[in-house]
Amino acid sequence: MTTASNNSKPLLTIKGLTAMAGELEILKGIDLEVFAGEVHAIMGPNGSGKSTLANVLAGRPDYTVTGGTVLFEGQDILKLEPEIRARLGLFLAFQYPLELPGVRAWQFLKAGVDAKRVHNGEEEMSAREFDQMLKAKVAEVQIDPDLVKRAVNEGFSGGEKKRNEILQMAVLEPKLALLDETDSGLDIDALRIVSDGVNLLRSPENAVILVTHYQRILNYITPNFVHVLYDGRIVQSGGPELAHELEEKGYDWIKDAVDAAV
Amino acid sequence: MTSAPAKHAHYFADFQSLVQGPWTDAPAWLQDLRDNGWSKFSETGFPTARRGNERWKYTNVGPIAKIDFSLAGQPIAANGSKALVPDYKGPGTAAFDLVYVDGYYSVELSSPSTGSDGVTVASLASATADSNASIESQLGRLAPPDNDGFAALNTAFLQDGAYVHVTDGHSEKVTVRISYITSHDAESKVTYPRTLIIAGRNTDITVVESYTGPTDVVYFTNAVAEISVGEGAKIDHYRLLLEGNKAFHVGTSRVNQEKDSSFSSASFTLGTSLARNDMEVLLDAPGAYCSLNGLYLTADNQHIDNLISIDHAKPHCTSRLNYKGILDGRSRAVFGGEVMVRRDAQKSDAEQTDKNLVLSKQSEVDSKPSLLIYADDVKCSHGATAGHIDADTLFYLRSRGLDLDAASRMLVHAFASEIIDTVKLEPLREYLDTLFTAAIPDKSLPVGNLK
Repeated sequence: MTTASNNSKPLLTIKGLTAMAGELEILKGIDLEVFAGEVHAIMGPNGSGKSTLANVLAGRPDYTVTGGTVLFEGQDILKLEPEIRARLGLFLAFQYPLELPGVRAWQFLKAGVDAKRVHNGEEEMSAREFDQMLKAKVAEVQIDPDLVKRAVNEGFSGGEKKRNEILQMAVLEPKLALLDETDSGLDIDALRIVSDGVNLLRSPENAVILVTHYQRILNYITPNFVHVLYDGRIVQSGGPELAHELEEKGYDWIKDAVDAAV
Repeated sequence: MTSAPAKHAHYFADFQSLVQGPWTDAPAWLQDLRDNGWSKFSETGFPTARRGNERWKYTNVGPIAKIDFSLAGQPIAANGSKALVPDYKGPGTAAFDLVYVDGYYSVELSSPSTGSDGVTVASLASATADSNASIESQLGRLAPPDNDGFAALNTAFLQDGAYVHVTDGHSEKVTVRISYITSHDAESKVTYPRTLIIAGRNTDITVVESYTGPTDVVYFTNAVAEISVGEGAKIDHYRLLLEGNKAFHVGTSRVNQEKDSSFSSASFTLGTSLARNDMEVLLDAPGAYCSLNGLYLTADNQHIDNLISIDHAKPHCTSRLNYKGILDGRSRAVFGGEVMVRRDAQKSDAEQTDKNLVLSKQSEVDSKPSLLIYADDVKCSHGATAGHIDADTLFYLRSRGLDLDAASRMLVHAFASEIIDTVKLEPLREYLDTLFTAAIPDKSLPVGNLK
């Protein structure tokens, strides 16, 4: 297996990560390395912990990390507030993006951009500069410009909400994007637009972790690596061909193999 | 004249000195109205939160009753109070300004209209002195002193306020700002602003009625507004309750709507120690439409009570009632929404909601929307909510880089903006937006839906 970039240091290093939701242990020891320029697909059956992994990395307060380390560009981020992780360059595209009635998309996105800039010792962006940038991003990810004028996600269809996540990602320019089942509930057109957006934003400087139940989205976004998560652990890793195997055979053979080994 | 009960002796003394002094030459009809007001007040007194008194169940006006508020005197110079006028740019040339300091019309701060072209915007004191027949028939008609101690007391002390009359068929839009200011000299004083608005047939009026005053001064504003919306007329009404932190305010607004008329109101409450906003709208002819919006932000030990009643007396009327509250500190908010649909009022369409965002564990809201429906072919709904900032939503904002404070401020502001956005006058909307944004508490807790 080869990495897609020549960077010698990983962007993200996860070692022995364990986490609980309430009293329930969900992640039971995750190890993963992601280098800039790579796309990793995390697949697995329902309840395997793949969404939990994405959310734990983003710092969702609903989960308690019980062990392990997560280094992002060499820095341990597990103790950092979610907003600090975001400012460092982590982005979580939500499985169920929330509706924010009364919050204008413009205001929301500018607040995010400015928070990051201030964190990096830069000045806030001028309204004019931000306008131009937003306009360019809207065109780039092919989102309906009217969506940006409305309140964030309010009354949006499922597909519009997912596209809006991609726009937010484009505007915030993360180093590591975590896409939490961004493909679920999308029709084929929306899936293509969302995938195009992700492909457009792929660069040797950033990386994507794509959490998905289905192989379908991998027809549009070719991953460098595919990992299968089952019962809180990565039980199999491979290239894109692993996804096809899963598509053909389902998850049962993996479950059987793991369960037999216990 | 009735004798004074001992407990309201100081009010009686003020009343007597006016009757024997400045009111000696008052028109008989006006003095009769005042006498009736006093008579009713001495019978009923201030309301008590006793059992069975649903209208005052959650609000104790004891703090008002136990202070001997005396009538504010005429200010020597009104200019010193100019800073207390709500600071937003006026809506333009077709607008009139009426400014009152401590209950008295301020010639220096006002720009009235003489009424030559069908528009009269004047002080009530001068309008009543001119013995105007329309005033005589309208004053006290919609807000009679019966069964309401505060309206009765206001009527007893009725001497100044705002008079707005746009005659039938005057099609040009009229905008009036009515600013009631209480000055720094008003410690332990009471004012009785009275507003009378008559919108003739097919007229179009925007009214901004504001109440402001200084901080750390204990004073009492007992206001009454009577608003008559003629056939096909349209009124946009804004009520800004921005009194000082130690002020008491009881406002009684009575609105009467004729056929195919429209009344849109937005009421904003910020500041004030104890406030009661009592508004009643009577949909008195088919095709009348009203939209009543409100926003209250309470903190510290404030107590804010909104009692909004809509009476669908006739068929084919529509009403929308949407109030929102933001509560912090140890404050308490009361919302009573009463929508009545009478037996003949078929095809009534009524919706009412009251939503509250609770930011502290010690604050409390008592929200009681009610529907009384006596007709069978109607479309009515009501609802009330009280909740905290949603934890998932907060995380969504934080995951985009906003810290906890910025995220919660953004969500509180978003909650309020639904009501602020109903303001059609742009400078006023911006003024209120700035005012409410600044009033959002820095720490916004607690957070709901924690898993």
